[in-house]
Amino acid sequence: MSAVGHETHGEHDHHDAHDHHHKDTFITKYIFSIDHKMIAKQYLITGIIMGIIGIMMSILFRMQLAWPEESFTIFKVLLGDNFAPNGVMRNDIYLALVTIHGTIMVFFVLTAGLSGTFSNLLIPLQIGARDMASGFMNMISYWLFFISSVIMVISLFVEAGPASAGWTIYPPLSALPQAIGGSGAGMTLWLVSMAIFIASSLMGSLNYVVTVINLRTKGMSMTRLPLTIWAFFITAVIGILSFPVLLSAALLLIFDRSFGTSFFLSDIFIAGEVLHYQGGSPVLFEHLFWFLGHPEVYIVLLPALGITSEIIATNSRKPIFGYRAMIASILAIAFLSTIVWGHHMFISGMNPFLGSVFTFTTLLIAIPSAVKAFNYITTLWRGNLQLNPAMLFSIGLVSTFITGGLTGIILGDSTLDINVHDTYFVVAHFHLVMGISALYGMFAGIYHWFPRMFGRMMNKNLGYIHFWVTAVCAYGVFFPMHFIGMAGLPRRYYTNTAFPLFDDLQDVNVLITMFAIIGAAFQLVFLWNFFYSIFRGKKAPMNPWRSNTLEWTAPVEHMHGNWPGEIPEVYRWPYDYSKPGHDEDFVPQNIPMKDGEEQLHH
Amino acid sequence: MTSLLIIAVLVLLGIAIWQLTKIFHLTQLGATVREENTEVANDRDNNVNGYLMFGFLGFIYIFTIYSMVKWGHLVLGTPASEHGPQYDNLMAISMWLIFIVQTITQFLLHYFAFKYRGKKDNTAYYYADNDKLEFIWTIIPVVVLAGLILYGLYAWTNIMFIDDDKEEALYVEVYAKQFGWEVRYAGEDGVLGKANIRYIEGINTMGVDMSDPNAQDDITATELHLPKGKKVIFKFRSQDVLHSAYFPHFRAQMNVVPGMVTQFGFTPTITTDEMRLDPAIMDKVSNINNIRSKKSADLIAKGGNALDPYTFDYLLLCNKICGASHYNMQMKVVVDNEADFNKWLSEKKTLGVAVKESQAGDEPHEVEVPMADPANNIDQDTIKATVDSTAVAQNR
Ligand code: HEM
Ligand SMILES: [Cu+2]
Ligand SMILES: [Cu+2]
Repeated sequence: MSAVGHETHGEHDHHDAHDHHHKDTFITKYIFSIDHKMIAKQYLITGIIMGIIGIMMSILFRMQLAWPEESFTIFKVLLGDNFAPNGVMRNDIYLALVTIHGTIMVFFVLTAGLSGTFSNLLIPLQIGARDMASGFMNMISYWLFFISSVIMVISLFVEAGPASAGWTIYPPLSALPQAIGGSGAGMTLWLVSMAIFIASSLMGSLNYVVTVINLRTKGMSMTRLPLTIWAFFITAVIGILSFPVLLSAALLLIFDRSFGTSFFLSDIFIAGEVLHYQGGSPVLFEHLFWFLGHPEVYIVLLPALGITSEIIATNSRKPIFGYRAMIASILAIAFLSTIVWGHHMFISGMNPFLGSVFTFTTLLIAIPSAVKAFNYITTLWRGNLQLNPAMLFSIGLVSTFITGGLTGIILGDSTLDINVHDTYFVVAHFHLVMGISALYGMFAGIYHWFPRMFGRMMNKNLGYIHFWVTAVCAYGVFFPMHFIGMAGLPRRYYTNTAFPLFDDLQDVNVLITMFAIIGAAFQLVFLWNFFYSIFRGKKAPMNPWRSNTLEWTAPVEHMHGNWPGEIPEVYRWPYDYSKPGHDEDFVPQNIPMKDGEEQLHH
Repeated sequence: MTSLLIIAVLVLLGIAIWQLTKIFHLTQLGATVREENTEVANDRDNNVNGYLMFGFLGFIYIFTIYSMVKWGHLVLGTPASEHGPQYDNLMAISMWLIFIVQTITQFLLHYFAFKYRGKKDNTAYYYADNDKLEFIWTIIPVVVLAGLILYGLYAWTNIMFIDDDKEEALYVEVYAKQFGWEVRYAGEDGVLGKANIRYIEGINTMGVDMSDPNAQDDITATELHLPKGKKVIFKFRSQDVLHSAYFPHFRAQMNVVPGMVTQFGFTPTITTDEMRLDPAIMDKVSNINNIRSKKSADLIAKGGNALDPYTFDYLLLCNKICGASHYNMQMKVVVDNEADFNKWLSEKKTLGVAVKESQAGDEPHEVEVPMADPANNIDQDTIKATVDSTAVAQNR
C-alpha cells in the first residue's frame, strides 16, 4: 500500500468517528438515500429479486417444452388453477411467461440491475467525485425503477394474464385484446411499467453523463479513465439517444390501444368483425422498437465488457492490452449500434435493398467486437493470473461472447437470416452473446466490488462452485439450441409436438431443460453466499485485489462524500500493473510519477 | 417417467455439489494451516482453477463434437428450392469459418488462463499495446467479412428482388389468420384479383373484391400445391395480426403483415414424392416413427389412442408469435410435377363460380367465418372452422 493511500486512510479514522452518524435517520440512510453507494445497493438488490423471478419463469416454461402438456405440482402452486388448469400450463400463459421473462431479464436485470448498480457505485468512486452530479435525481431514478418493477410484477396477477406478445410487443397482437388475453389489462400495465422504467433510465443516464464530464478529479483526463467508466459513459449516451424512441413507440401504441388512432394498425378483421383501423403499419413499430432494441443489446453488454476489462487487468496483474483500441471499439460499437437495427427486420417486408445496407453495417460491427475479444486474450498472455471468482466470470464472459458473437455473422447476413430468423438458433445466439455474457459480467462485478459495497468478502470456494457449474450449464442449455434451430424449430412455440415434424427434437429439449434446472438451482449457492456474506463475510481489507483505481482508496464505512479528507488527485492511468521499476506489482492512480519515471503506454 | 427424471436431476445435483465442495475443500486444507484464508485466490486456487480452465476447454471441444455427431442429422437436409443450394453453400462456408475461429480463440483464451495461472513469485509482463497487432486483427476480420458480405449480398439480390413485369411465374396468394392459412391461385389470367378484408363475406373468406374482373378466375384452397420447376411468386396477406410464412425446407420465409402485401419467390425443385425418397429424409422419418411408436405404446398403456405414423410432407409454419395457438398454425405443402399440379388445379372451381353458387344456393348462411376467440385455450376448434369454411367453398 502506498504512502498516499495510508494518508487518506489515516485521516478518515479521525474524521468519521464523530462526523456522519448523527445526520442520518434510517429512512434517509437506507430508503430515500441520495448517496450513490446506497442507491447502487438498492439497484442491485432489486435487480437480484427481479432476476430470481425471471429465471424461475424460464424454468417453468422450459419444463413445459421438455414435457409438453404434462401436469406438474409446481405449476399448480406457482401459476394457480387459472393459468395452469389441473397443473397443465395454458398455451397463452406459456407466451406470457416467455414475454415477461424476456422483459425482466433484458430491462430489469441487465439494464437496471447491472448498469444501474455499477454505474452508480463506480462512476463517482473511480473518477474521484463526492457523489453523482445530482443525488436527488439519482434517488428519483431508483424509485421510478422500483415502481416500474412493482407494476411489472403486479401485471402477473391480472386475470386474463400478463402481456403475452413477446418482449418485442409487436402490434397488432399487443394492441388487440381479442387477439390474445394478455393484450388487455396485462399489456396496459406492461406499457405503463416500461414508460416509467424509461423515465428512470433517462434520469440515471443523464446523471452519469454529466458526472463523468464534469466531476472528474484533478488529473483524471479522459484518457486516464478506467475502461469501466468509458463503458458506463458511452452506455448512458446510447441510452439517452435510443430510449426516447422506445418511449414514443410505447406512447403511440397506447394511443392505438386506448384512443382509437391507427399508427400501427390497418385493415384488421378479427373475432368476426372489421375494425376501424386504417393506414397504420406494424412495420413502423418494428423500426421504432429496434431503433432502441439493438442499442439495448449494447446497453446491456458494454457495462459488462467494461467491468471485465477492469477485472481482467487487475487479476492478470497486467495493463489491459490496447487501452486506446478498447476505447475506440466502444465508440465504434456505440456509433454502429444505432445504424444496424434493420437486421431484426430482414424479412419483415421492408425493401430488400435496405436489407443489403443493414447487412453491411451489421457485419461492420463485428470488427470492433472482434478487436475487443482479441485484446482480452492478449491481456491474459504472460500475465500472472489471479483466478478469483470475478476473474473466472470475466474469462467466462469472453468465452460466451465469442461463441455467441460468432453466430451473429450468420444472423447478420440477410441471406442466411431467411431460414434461421425467429428459430431457436436466434435464441441460442442472443442468450450467449447478450444474456449469459452480461450476466457473467454482473456476477464478476458483484464478486469483485462486494468488498467495496459491504466491507466484507464473499466466500471464494462457493464462488468457484457457482462459476463452474454455471459455466457448464450455460453451454449445456444454449449450445444444443443451435441444432434444433437449424432443424427449423420456431421459437415461441408452446409445444413442439403438435405435429410430427419435430418429434425427433424432444430428447434435446429434455437435456436442455435438465441443464437449465441444474444451472438455476446452483444460483442458490450464489444467493446464499451473497446474503450470508453481507452480514457474516470475512472483513475486507481496503484494497483486497491490490487494484489501481480510486475506489479502493476510499474507506468502506457509510459516509457521504466518499473520501473523508481531500479528494485524491490522479497522476497516471489506471493500468500500471507490474510496471518495471516499482516494488509492488500495482501502482494506484493517486501515486505520483517517480522522478524520471516514463509513461510506457500510449 | 417425469418423476424419474426429476429424481435423476436431484441425484446428479447432489453428486455435483458433493464433488465440488470436496475438490475445493481439499485445496484449502493445506492452505488454512499455513496462512489465514483471506478469500483472495492463492496459489492453490490459481492452480486448481487453471487446470479446470484447461478442462473446460476440453468440455467445449467434446461437447461440440458430441453435439455434431449426436444432433448433426437434425439439421435441415437437401433444400427443395432452386436458390436452396446457394443458401446452404453460404451457410456451410460461414459455419466452417465460425468453427475454425471458435476452435482457435477458445483455445487461446483457456490455454492462456491455464498457462499463466498466477504464482506468488511470478511477475506479469508489462505489455500495454502494439499497433501492429491491433492492425492485424482489425484487418483480418475486415477482409474475411468483406468476402462474406459480397457473397451474401449477391445471393440476397438473386433471391429477394422480384420483377413482377418480367417473370413468367405462378402467382399465389398466401393468406394468414389466427390460426390457419389459406391460399389463392391467380387462375387463367395469371393476375390475382384485388382484395381487402372489408370484402369478407360468406365463403369469400379472404375478402376478394368480386367486382374485379381479375378475381373471377381465382381459385382458393386450403392446401398449398406447387408445380416443380416453375417460379412461384407468393403474395402474403394477413387479416389480423403479424404472422410469418416459414417454409424451412425451401429456405424461404417472409413476414405476413396486416394492411400490407409482402412477397417472396422461389422455384421448387423436388416433388414431395421425390423428397420422401431422399435418404436423409427416410432416416428421419423412420427415426420419428420409432419415437412415435414408443410414445404410442405408452399412450395405449394409459388407455389413450395411438399416434398416427408419420409420412414426410413439406410444411408451411407460422414463425411470428401470433397468439395462443401460434405453435400449431401450419399448412401442408405439396410439390407435384407440373402436369399433376395443373390437373389438381383444374379440378377446382373458380372463385367467381363458387361465390355465385353460394349466393344462389340454399344455405349460404351456414358458412362459418372462422373466428379467433382469445379466451379459447387450445384453438383446435378454430382451426377446424377454417378448414370447414373453405371445404364448403370447394365442394359446392
Ligand atoms: C436459466 C437461464 C435462462 C433460460 C433457461 C432461458 C430460456 C429461454 C428460452 C427457452 C427462451 C425462448 C422461448 C421461446 O422463444 O419460445 C427465452 C427467451 C428469452 N430470454 Fe431467456 N433464458 C435464460 C436466461 C436469460 C437471460 C439471462 C436473459 C437476458 C438477456 C434472457 C433473455 C431472454 C429474452 C429477451 C427472450 C425472448 C423473449 C421473447 O421471445 O419475447 N434469458 N429464454
Ligand atoms: Cu440487433
Ligand atoms: Cu401465426
